[in-house]
Amino acid sequence: MSQLPLDGNALAGPLSEVFRIDVTTAIGECAHCRRSGPIAQAVVYANAPGMIARCPSCDGVVLRLVRNSGRAWLDLRGLICLQLAIPDSPAESAPGD
Amino acid sequence: MARAAVLGRLSWRVGTVIELRDETPTARTIVLDVPGWPGHAAGQHVDLRLTAPDGYSTERSYSIASAADGDRLELTVEPIPDGEVSPYLAGVLASGDQLELRGPVGGWFVWRPGTADPVFLVAGGSGLVPLMAMIRARDLTGDESPFRLVYSVRDPASILYADELRRRAHDDHGLNVTCAYTRMAPPGSPRPAGRIDASLLIAAGWPPDRRPAVFVCGPTGFVEAAANLLVDIGHDPRRVKTERFGSTGGSP
Repeated sequence: MSQLPLDGNALAGPLSEVFRIDVTTAIGECAHCRRSGPIAQAVVYANAPGMIARCPSCDGVVLRLVRNSGRAWLDLRGLICLQLAIPDSPAESAPGD
Repeated sequence: MARAAVLGRLSWRVGTVIELRDETPTARTIVLDVPGWPGHAAGQHVDLRLTAPDGYSTERSYSIASAADGDRLELTVEPIPDGEVSPYLAGVLASGDQLELRGPVGGWFVWRPGTADPVFLVAGGSGLVPLMAMIRARDLTGDESPFRLVYSVRDPASILYADELRRRAHDDHGLNVTCAYTRMAPPGSPRPAGRIDASLLIAAGWPPDRRPAVFVCGPTGFVEAAANLLVDIGHDPRRVKTERFGSTGGSP
């Protein structure tokens, strides 16, 4: 089955099942070529088993997300660093859950 | 504690189809009532989950076409031949049917009112959908950022929201709309049919020194070509945001 790639915007929903913050707005640094850019701009293949995000510059795999049988596997070895915008806020009270 | 901080599963909601509107001979708008919808920013999308009677289930992303308006949500779907989901949504789905959806998602390809920056929208085909949400949100919020839209479309019959676009181009102060036809231009069109090019983007868009926020949406090939042209004519790549969708009914 051939399919043209999507982009990192399409990861927003699936990653929202794992993270509370929107990872697609984060700046990721590619472990292969060191390019930095928003995850939203990654090239995403959604018809692989799971979703595979590749660097738009060097095509290296930066992220893999596989969901199956009530589990998620998230492979981030293609990212050296994720830079997230998190506004400074007073410490949240976090009662034990 | 750590779990509470990190995990934030966005739950699936159920929306009910309250209206279906044909936009072109092939595309139609699905109006949904989604109780408890938290609102959304223009440009965001939803994931739809369809489940067959045998339990097989599949998910697709669709851009939201409407500006935030209570529990009401509009999606516009262009069916993709041989697509698994879009022909169902564009043809079979009926009023009163229910859809499972998750969202709003995607915080990057988003326009928010109040920045005052000029906005340059570049749409290819049904890539107009999230950009239309921006045009509608601009009007609804009374935002005065100047908007320019270049809409690349096959022929006049394929124009989405044709009447509304015509009306808005006339009534929405500060909105400029340019249609560029790829297959067949209407008689008297100032430009022959063809793909968008640098001269069109220069003539119908903002000059790079105005530092517009640029949003490009459409099929993958269109988005790549348009984004390259925009950078070639001097736009800052960091201000050019893109959203592309593949060939089998993905986002949007």
